[in-house]
Amino acid sequence: MGNEVDAGKGSDGRRRAARTGGIPASSGAPRPLLELRDLAITFSTSNGDVPAVRNAHLTVMPGETVAIVGESGSGKSTTALAAIGLLPANGRVSNGSIIFDGEDITHASEKRIVELRGSSIGMVPQDPMSNLNPVWKIGFQVKETLKANGLASTPQDVAKVLSEAGLPDAASRANQYPHEFSGGMRQRALIAIGLSCRPRLLIADEPTSALDVTVQRQILDHLDTMTEELGTAVLLITHDLGLAAERAHKVIVMYKGQVVEAGPALELLTNPRHPYTQKLVASAPSIASRRIASAKRAGVETGDLLAPATPHGAVADKVIEVEDLTKVFKIRGSWGKSTDFTAVDKVSFSIARGTTTAVVGESGSGKSTVAKMVLGLEGATSGSIRFDGVDITTLGRKEMFDFRRRVQPIFQDPYGSLDPMYNIYRTIEEPLRVHGVGNAKSREKKVRELLEQVALPSSMMQRFPNELSGGQRQRVAIARALALDPEVVICDEAVSALDVLVQAQILNLLADLQSELGLSYLFITHDLAVVRQIADHVAVMEKGRLVEQGTTDEVFDNPRTAYTQALLAAIPGAGLVLPPEVA
Amino acid sequence: MAWYIVRRFLQLIPVFLGATLLVYFLVFSLPGDATAAICGERGCTPAVVAGLREQYNLDQPFWIQYLLYLKGVLTFDLGTNFSGRPIATIIAEVFPTTAKLAVMALVIEAVFGIVFGLVAGLRKGKIFDSSVLVLSLIVIAVPIFVLGFLMQFLIGVKLQWTNPTVSGDATFAELLLPAVVLGLVSFAYVLRLTRTSIIENVNADYVRTATAKGLSRRRVVVVHVLRNSLIPVVTFLGADLGALMGGAIVTEGIFNVNGVGNTLYRAVLNGDGPMVVSIVTFLILIFCLANLLVDLLYAWLDPRIRYA
Repeated sequence: MGNEVDAGKGSDGRRRAARTGGIPASSGAPRPLLELRDLAITFSTSNGDVPAVRNAHLTVMPGETVAIVGESGSGKSTTALAAIGLLPANGRVSNGSIIFDGEDITHASEKRIVELRGSSIGMVPQDPMSNLNPVWKIGFQVKETLKANGLASTPQDVAKVLSEAGLPDAASRANQYPHEFSGGMRQRALIAIGLSCRPRLLIADEPTSALDVTVQRQILDHLDTMTEELGTAVLLITHDLGLAAERAHKVIVMYKGQVVEAGPALELLTNPRHPYTQKLVASAPSIASRRIASAKRAGVETGDLLAPATPHGAVADKVIEVEDLTKVFKIRGSWGKSTDFTAVDKVSFSIARGTTTAVVGESGSGKSTVAKMVLGLEGATSGSIRFDGVDITTLGRKEMFDFRRRVQPIFQDPYGSLDPMYNIYRTIEEPLRVHGVGNAKSREKKVRELLEQVALPSSMMQRFPNELSGGQRQRVAIARALALDPEVVICDEAVSALDVLVQAQILNLLADLQSELGLSYLFITHDLAVVRQIADHVAVMEKGRLVEQGTTDEVFDNPRTAYTQALLAAIPGAGLVLPPEVA
Repeated sequence: MAWYIVRRFLQLIPVFLGATLLVYFLVFSLPGDATAAICGERGCTPAVVAGLREQYNLDQPFWIQYLLYLKGVLTFDLGTNFSGRPIATIIAEVFPTTAKLAVMALVIEAVFGIVFGLVAGLRKGKIFDSSVLVLSLIVIAVPIFVLGFLMQFLIGVKLQWTNPTVSGDATFAELLLPAVVLGLVSFAYVLRLTRTSIIENVNADYVRTATAKGLSRRRVVVVHVLRNSLIPVVTFLGADLGALMGGAIVTEGIFNVNGVGNTLYRAVLNGDGPMVVSIVTFLILIFCLANLLVDLLYAWLDPRIRYA
């Protein structure tokens, strides 16, 4: 059975390669597969028309991979979605034209667009969690794609499509629902759907940004192999310049709805001309500038000179010591039975005062559970967490309340962690009020100071979270965390939801605050590139265990375990060799 | 799954005990002598009163009365009401009419509510949507007896399309008008719920992905938008089925339907304790079963829900 499928796949692949290879040759000079000319896209809102994209030029040749890079709101997704008529209801192409394989489809009929979708232009969407319909089996969702495009859709065909996308055991997997799949598997299913009808162009909209780095690498490698084999052109949309440079022949940089620069990937990286591209190249974490880390280290070192006795000194220097920390969850099974799941398994590490320790791992490695336990939000099954020498697992209610004042969190999602009904003033003032600090007047003064510290204007106090950008919200979250003058701040994926440039700003801010206020950070992240920029010590977690720890330089320059090596190798752009002035 | 259903049935036991106890206590603690309701204005001789007291265990303390009643229920003997008719017979007589009315009302509100809600949701902000929203608001705001009498007067009396009241046979045609009135308010809620749900789901990522696959608009709407949007609607409909089965006292009163609601209403007026307790207990069981049905339907609609 498995052999048959494989054999079929091989011969089909060759046939298709021959066919797609034949097209440019027969028409003489190669004709672009997709061409956007002077494209302008407008959204009609209650405040009138808002231009989202202006004068976008773009050419994709058959079989070529073109990447569009930009931050969120730059119009990169909108541009790509316009090509298959998937603009939101209030968006429209207000100028210019979209030409697919010589045919102007700018204002093509709904019928014609439906014909093109799937069979000529496929799509792999961004978030594997939300892009599969949760109520239908995976197989059904593949099958209807084949059926809608007039292809054979027997269970064997469905299994073949899924196994091509690298899904193991596809025939039985097809009978499962999306929630039974991991993120990486879902993305494989989505890739299977996108490529199932052998489109000549694939639009991949941030296809891996929601996945762990190692999974990301596997998925992208597989996508590369498949599209190469099938001769599919790819329009790759990403916010990650490193990833774009690594995967694409040509990179197009968009900023505020306009194409600001376009060219071959490496040329653009080494010689960015537009100021925005230069900024992007400079702050892309994946292309590894160590500037923040070095700037911060300079700050720490001057601090060290003032108090030379502290490093490697007394026990009191360790602000947090975690020893043999274990967390076992009971998972409810059928018939009332429960099984144990060890989320955190005998983890020990410590944070020296005024430094940053990063806990790195993939999702499911238990790193967030560690953060919750250190915050006292989740009880430990065994082991101890000592804060300033006192074990917090033994604290009573009142001592816990005082402890919370000294350890504050910053969470990942700045959209979810701020109460939408509280204005910014109330958000930042709330912890002060809860802990009974000062009176109304002194609290307002404190809030103003905090806003100043995180570089937000005090006029922002009366605004609500929905009026703020992601970066601004995260600044508010930081201000709130700092309101009680904590000694330790626990950042749980605090910058992973942000665009690179904003991310760099927030990391800088955190580094500045650390040298200014002597804060200690526990940084929970899956992003090794961020770790390199901010951490002094790194602890790597895998499946609940701590597999490696050391100073950042040790771990990065000389990773001991295979797992850490795999994590490091998976950073997009890690393999790029750049001239020294950029790197 | 089997275990889940067994557990849900086991849960019926405490619900049943608690409900009967509560209702029994309320009826018991009502002021006035229950025998007075039987004897009417002329009154009975003390000997007859004493006989009645013994027959209905009224001479026993509350706990004994309750336990005797429970014993009766568990041996499928609901006893007789104050007019001496077996209660089980009465329920068997009136319940089919109420069930018929309830199912008709449910079908009407579900079909029209979902269809109108779907169209309104897909055409958000257009004329159809706005007018349906205003109309549904009016239906929700106006009390049900006003709507009932109005429709009875217009359709039954003026236009004479149907009988203004329902005869003892309670035929399908006769029940249609009461069913429309009964379903009207829930129709407005179903419509609004479906509309909101559709609007939310139409912009979901998986709907866009489905469109990108090359599916026709119709298929995207039916297969990917509608099923997901029905999940909250089904919850509402199920809870409503339980409520409708309980009989609609007002609607049954207006159209003179000989159903559970009307019977219960009369029993309350007559102070017929055994009858009230039995009917209410029956209704509670029906409500619990309807809820169980909804939960199972829910799991079928949304495979992420697994009962264990």
